[in-house]
Amino acid sequence: MHKNIRRFLAAAALLLPVAVFANEGGAHLDKAPIDLHNPESLQRGAQTFANYCLSCHSALNMRYNRLQDLGLTEDQIKANLMFATDKVGEQMKVAMQAPDAKVWFGAVPPDLSVIARARGADWLYTYLRTFYRDDTRPTGWNNIAFDKVGMPHALWELQGIQEPVYKTVKNHESGKEEQVLEGVKLVKPGLLTQISEDGKYDQTEYNKRVADLVNYLVYVSEPAQVKREQIGYFVLLFLLFVLVPISYLLKKEYWRDVH
Amino acid sequence: MSKLEQLGKDTLQWVDDRFPLTALWKEHVSEYYAPKNFNFWYFFGSLALLVLVIQIVTGIFLTMNYKPDGSLIPGTNVSVAFASVEYIMRDVGGGWIIRYMHSTGASMFFVVVYMHMFRGLIYGSYQKPRELVWIFGMLIFLCLMAEAFLGYLLPWGQMSFWGAQVIVNLFASIPMIGPDLSTFIRGDFVVSDATLNRFFALHVIAVPLILLALVVAHLIALHEVGSNNPDGVEIKKNKDPKTGLPLDGIPFHPYYTVKDIFGVAVFLVVFTTIVFFLPNVFGYFLEDNNFIPADPLKTPPHIAPVWYFTPFYAILRAIPSFLGTQVWGVLGMGAAVVVIAFLPWLDRSPVKSIRYRPKSFKVILGIFIVAFIGLGILGALPPTTVRTLVSRILSVVYFAFFFLMPFYSKMGKTLPVPDRVTDTNGSRQLQFLFWMAVTFIGAAVFAKVI
Repeated sequence: MHKNIRRFLAAAALLLPVAVFANEGGAHLDKAPIDLHNPESLQRGAQTFANYCLSCHSALNMRYNRLQDLGLTEDQIKANLMFATDKVGEQMKVAMQAPDAKVWFGAVPPDLSVIARARGADWLYTYLRTFYRDDTRPTGWNNIAFDKVGMPHALWELQGIQEPVYKTVKNHESGKEEQVLEGVKLVKPGLLTQISEDGKYDQTEYNKRVADLVNYLVYVSEPAQVKREQIGYFVLLFLLFVLVPISYLLKKEYWRDVH
Repeated sequence: MSKLEQLGKDTLQWVDDRFPLTALWKEHVSEYYAPKNFNFWYFFGSLALLVLVIQIVTGIFLTMNYKPDGSLIPGTNVSVAFASVEYIMRDVGGGWIIRYMHSTGASMFFVVVYMHMFRGLIYGSYQKPRELVWIFGMLIFLCLMAEAFLGYLLPWGQMSFWGAQVIVNLFASIPMIGPDLSTFIRGDFVVSDATLNRFFALHVIAVPLILLALVVAHLIALHEVGSNNPDGVEIKKNKDPKTGLPLDGIPFHPYYTVKDIFGVAVFLVVFTTIVFFLPNVFGYFLEDNNFIPADPLKTPPHIAPVWYFTPFYAILRAIPSFLGTQVWGVLGMGAAVVVIAFLPWLDRSPVKSIRYRPKSFKVILGIFIVAFIGLGILGALPPTTVRTLVSRILSVVYFAFFFLMPFYSKMGKTLPVPDRVTDTNGSRQLQFLFWMAVTFIGAAVFAKVI
């Protein structure tokens, strides 16, 4: 009996996450290498963000001086990351007005304060690496993770230009052959990518840069999260080693005379 | 007696001459005799009270910084309300912990209340003479659902907005008055700033006031008739002839106060693990889509209510519209909640506790648990043909459990109920663990397969 119960509990513990993570379709997402305990990565991410994202996308709930979390001084923040304002306590706003943005891009670029919580790090990591040329789109760009996206490839000078790769599949219903998007391939290198003579390409540097950026966006989505976990360990230690045992012993002591 | 003690005594006497402080303390705490055989299931009443206090205290501090304003911050598509929640998360000192306690508390409230209600179900705590305790409890449950629904609009994210849109539109399906009623509830023709403001008012003052009053009524009614227990034995029937106190009763204080403190400590382990390490709980406590600011022009592809509403939402979706109206689903969903209140009159069993009920009842209860959890899982998933079919079957099972209860609860042979309460022994604990494990594994397998 005892053994069975233990086995059941173990199986339950193993199965539960499977059920919880059961996901509904969607494009394949690459795993983003997130490490919030790596300040260099977060600082590089902040720089990429300030240079490539912040001209169109705000991060309204983020103040510049909060970046001191990442080990930067106020002077460093002012010198390297602030282009739109000189007040270090200011929020990360953009000068672009919403009505203008609607005309230019068809939609207001979303605020990125909590984008990593809405979309997830893996989605962002995949999205920022799968832009490809598509002349049918007004911006000339399309994306595998976000079909018909309104945003042009803001990082194109870093990544270069990717083109779509199609494969021919037979439609089982109509029996006709169809072109299906299979992936993308790099056709023109950018500052952080290379294509060798034999057509092989290397995006390692670019992937790293995007990983840093996504890392930063994850941080921005909840700046207190590292501290939250740190405090959490102390709270759990207190509960597990002080409050739970003491209250248990107290209960036992009081209940000694109850039969 | 020292001077200080004398002063304390005199002060208490001064109060007691004017207000029954000591009498109240004795009646409801130190001389309230509770059965001595409470088990695991009896922690959840005090835990519900704890979560209520957490919600009220954190809610007060959230109110100090939250702005119920649906207008957009100039030049952006982020509303003031949405930004004020993130302001709490970042710029308010300790704001994130207060907000996560509140959001975790909302879900944990339903966890403990569902456990509390299930306790009542298995030990027949609603049976005579505790019908009013049960009715007050059901009213608390209704208030809690209203409170959770109203509060969910406040962050003004996509799920807040569209969830409210879907639920308020349900009222529109009521014949004749429906459209006007839903406009009346929203205060506008669509969910808007006016809706946000009134939901805020209802969430922070109107519903909590009713909730608190009902909690007091629930406790007064309980203390009038006395607590039930896992054996369903009335402890008042066996009193010590000398003292007149129940033989199987022990004073609530200090026995159950210290026991409940232990329960609170264990509960806090779970609660703080969520607050500090898993505040989203994989999108079940805080939904991913609710981190996208509300956009009235963009309907999300899949609108799912928060997990605690999913059993009832599944029933709503399961019932097809016919005779040219969708009102049947709404009625079904309402009935699914209201029918629980009628348990005291649906149950005709001569015994209270499941311990002495016939095997047939245990099987039927097991099927009901499958139906309820199954509906909960289905309500969280986008519908497919198979899922809709299963939802329909489980909805029928859900209602059959209640409507057929007057018949099956009388059937079968009950076991003899002892005169005195019994201990929770090792074999019962093993059974409990076994069925808990079966429930979890079953739910996980069901969620995987469906």
